[in-house]
Amino acid sequence: MNLQVTQPPEFNLGSEFAKADPIAEKVMFGFWAFLMSDAILFGMVFATYVTSLHGMAGGPGPRQLYDLNSIFIETLLLLISSFTFGMASLALKYQHRRTRLVGWLLLTLLLGVAFLCLELHDFASMFAKGGVPTRSGFLSAFFGLVPLHGLHVAAGCIWLIALLGQLARYGLDTATQLGIKRLALFWHFLDIIWIAIFSVVYLAGLA
Amino acid sequence: MTMLQHCAGPFGRLSPDALPFWQMLQAPSRDNVINGIIATGAASLVVLGGIALIVLLVRYKLWRPLWSHWLTSPDHKKIGIMYVVIALVMLARALIEAVLMRAQQAFGLGGGFLSPDHFAQLFSTHGTIMIFFMAMPFLTGIINYVMPLQIGARDVSFPVLNSISLGLTAAGAALVMVSLVIGKFSTGGWFGYPPFTEATFSPGVGPDYWIWSLSLASLGSTFTGINFAVTIYKERAPGMTLMRMPLFTWTALCTSILMIFAMPPLTVATAQLALDRYLGFHYFTNALGGNMMNFANLFWLFGHPEVYILILPAFGVYSEVVSTFSGKALFGYRSLVMATMTIAILSFTVWLHHYFTMGQNANINAVFGIASMLIGIPTGVKIYDWMWTMFRGRIRFTVPMIYSIGFILLFVLGGMSGILLANPTIDYQVHNTVFLVAHFHNVAVPGVLFGMLTAYHFWFPKAFGFRLNERWGVVSALCWIVGFMLAFFPLYALGIMGLPRRSVAYAEARYVPLEWVAFAGALVLLAALLSLLWQLWISIRQRESLGVPIGDPWDGRSLEWAVPAPPPAYNFAVLPTVEARDAFTLAKQDDRAYRQADDYRDIALPRNSAMGPAVALIGFLLAFGLVWHIGWMIILSFLAAVGSMIIHGFARHTDRIVTANEVRTEHRAWLDAVAQTRAVTRERECSVANRGLATQDHAGVSR
Repeated sequence: MNLQVTQPPEFNLGSEFAKADPIAEKVMFGFWAFLMSDAILFGMVFATYVTSLHGMAGGPGPRQLYDLNSIFIETLLLLISSFTFGMASLALKYQHRRTRLVGWLLLTLLLGVAFLCLELHDFASMFAKGGVPTRSGFLSAFFGLVPLHGLHVAAGCIWLIALLGQLARYGLDTATQLGIKRLALFWHFLDIIWIAIFSVVYLAGLA
Repeated sequence: MTMLQHCAGPFGRLSPDALPFWQMLQAPSRDNVINGIIATGAASLVVLGGIALIVLLVRYKLWRPLWSHWLTSPDHKKIGIMYVVIALVMLARALIEAVLMRAQQAFGLGGGFLSPDHFAQLFSTHGTIMIFFMAMPFLTGIINYVMPLQIGARDVSFPVLNSISLGLTAAGAALVMVSLVIGKFSTGGWFGYPPFTEATFSPGVGPDYWIWSLSLASLGSTFTGINFAVTIYKERAPGMTLMRMPLFTWTALCTSILMIFAMPPLTVATAQLALDRYLGFHYFTNALGGNMMNFANLFWLFGHPEVYILILPAFGVYSEVVSTFSGKALFGYRSLVMATMTIAILSFTVWLHHYFTMGQNANINAVFGIASMLIGIPTGVKIYDWMWTMFRGRIRFTVPMIYSIGFILLFVLGGMSGILLANPTIDYQVHNTVFLVAHFHNVAVPGVLFGMLTAYHFWFPKAFGFRLNERWGVVSALCWIVGFMLAFFPLYALGIMGLPRRSVAYAEARYVPLEWVAFAGALVLLAALLSLLWQLWISIRQRESLGVPIGDPWDGRSLEWAVPAPPPAYNFAVLPTVEARDAFTLAKQDDRAYRQADDYRDIALPRNSAMGPAVALIGFLLAFGLVWHIGWMIILSFLAAVGSMIIHGFARHTDRIVTANEVRTEHRAWLDAVAQTRAVTRERECSVANRGLATQDHAGVSR
């Protein structure tokens, strides 16, 4: 793709934008298609989880293992990180100072890493209570679903760091802008997945 | 945690007994010697083939061109050709395995010569290869080559991703080939059902080979689906509305959408099985709350749409071929589009018919039985549309038409037996017999394989600039058709007589005569493959007299025929404007097919990228390390995978420019050649007079 800095490529896939920036259009559209595929992936893993709920095999279940307080804080961290990424997107769109964009991105990264640390801490305490994935079909399904989301977040963090590197190296060229915009989609997508995990796994599990 | 113990050593669990002749040398019983010799023979074919390839590359100094013109090329045309090469190599292997299986069953009364374990590896690799490493690469290659040309595009939307997808597929194929030489492949069938494939019952490397080769291939296919769908939505030439797209492009679109949605369930199924095998999870185990029906559901939620991923592009090929060689616009274009979409949607609603007999209630069976039968309706619509296209057409009985007509006759039979199987009560009677084997080969061989071979014959002149030898094409086509009938029709009878599928041996003497007929059919199919290869060889030798550089040898109807053969890297000197279906036929009628452009522009093309071959190598090493539990290899190749993605993100200036001058010169040279070429009539299109310029004598175009 070419690297003249054009108008910031838009999320909007309307025809007027298509004319303005066909490269951005196809890159963004391709990423949406990837997210659809990824959503199916998560759908399948959710289905596995739900059908494995009765497979406790005498092992510990949600009531013994889930800590809703900690999950609530994780949820807040993730939702706030989506907000800060939203602010970064606005900084990009309205061509604010570079430092502001980088600041919001760094804050997002920080929140993402905090989420991951807290999640790992959660898993460790589950392990301590005997909630290991090898214990039962239910726990296998749990550890196939929730850490999969965590892995996605970790990938998002690595991507974010790489993008900050591109930003430092090339400035806000088209490729970097498109990278930030795709990562924004990814980040919000993971938020949606988390809401589903929060509802289906934790709230329903403790209800 | 045996896996961690293995990982500590430099070679993991790799040891000399992974070699195919080891057991034969340690314990030379009659059975061990026979199976050892066969396995060693197959392994040495792989090794010798590899060595021969390297020697030829060195001898003719082809390393550099191979690297810079092929392996690193983001050009959709070259990537397409490489996919087809993979498909043909894998076809040869899987067909030889099929002949071996038929031979075993011909001698199978009370024993035969293969061990049950060897036989189980044969049917597992045969199925895995034919689906994932023959059919999928073949159709991906054909779509890659043809679709961007048909919609008037310069390339696919994401050329480097395209090369990465090829790399992933090639890595998976290489893994299956390596399993012949080092260790053993799975004995769990191409669907790898747990709990049989769990570590408890299959502790060896076989299921791991299966898991990682499929994971690589399915990842590649997901990316391919995304790439093709975006290309078709976003790269069409001006005026190419959806309802003006050639039917092959329509089927490519539906197949791509199926890939996007159907590959993830497979990825989930193989990943969960891997977690069970590697880390002791309990997704599908017998004990501790595992649920193996989850695997069946995930696998067939992929597996059933997969059937239509395979068949839809073939339907597209037949639509193009029947229309072109009947000299008529496709009959019922809209109904064909509707039928294609309907099949794509219905394909997601039938997966339970793969286990009617596993004990769900009768109402569920009834619903899925009816859903399965419904697919017969749009398929029937297509059959009628092709027949009406031929009706009162000026049919030329070329090789692609022979395949097409063979397909129509045989596929209807296969569809009929499918309708029988869709009835749960009948399914209870014949499930798990070779009746089923006969059915799915009856749709897969005339449908997918013949469809892809049709495409190969039809578009070969476009890709290489010369036609394939017609006579050997006819011989090969007839061998495929007759061989297929001999090999699989007896299996219907054998199935009704009660022969279970995947049996290494049997005790009923009355099976023997039909088994011998089927074996004879397998030999005819082998002859078909050999004549196909022979045809390629002599066509290359006769390439001067078979040359069609102008690019339109069959009086083609869609845009891919409007450019030289082989086309330039940028496909179209000037992007065409489309006013109707059958855009090229219309252009020829209006006498604007071979015109100079008013002005030529610079064209930006993607530069070569090493990402494709890098991903192939990294993916292969990662999978190989995982199969053999080689810790350092797993860690290093995983880091390399992440690192290469990060580095690729930093790539800039990924385009190169073909200047307007170069484009103008090339285009004018071609137009001069057109002016000096004598046009050929349809009657003489198989003679040396055909230089790729068809006379403009056309039946109607539908607008």
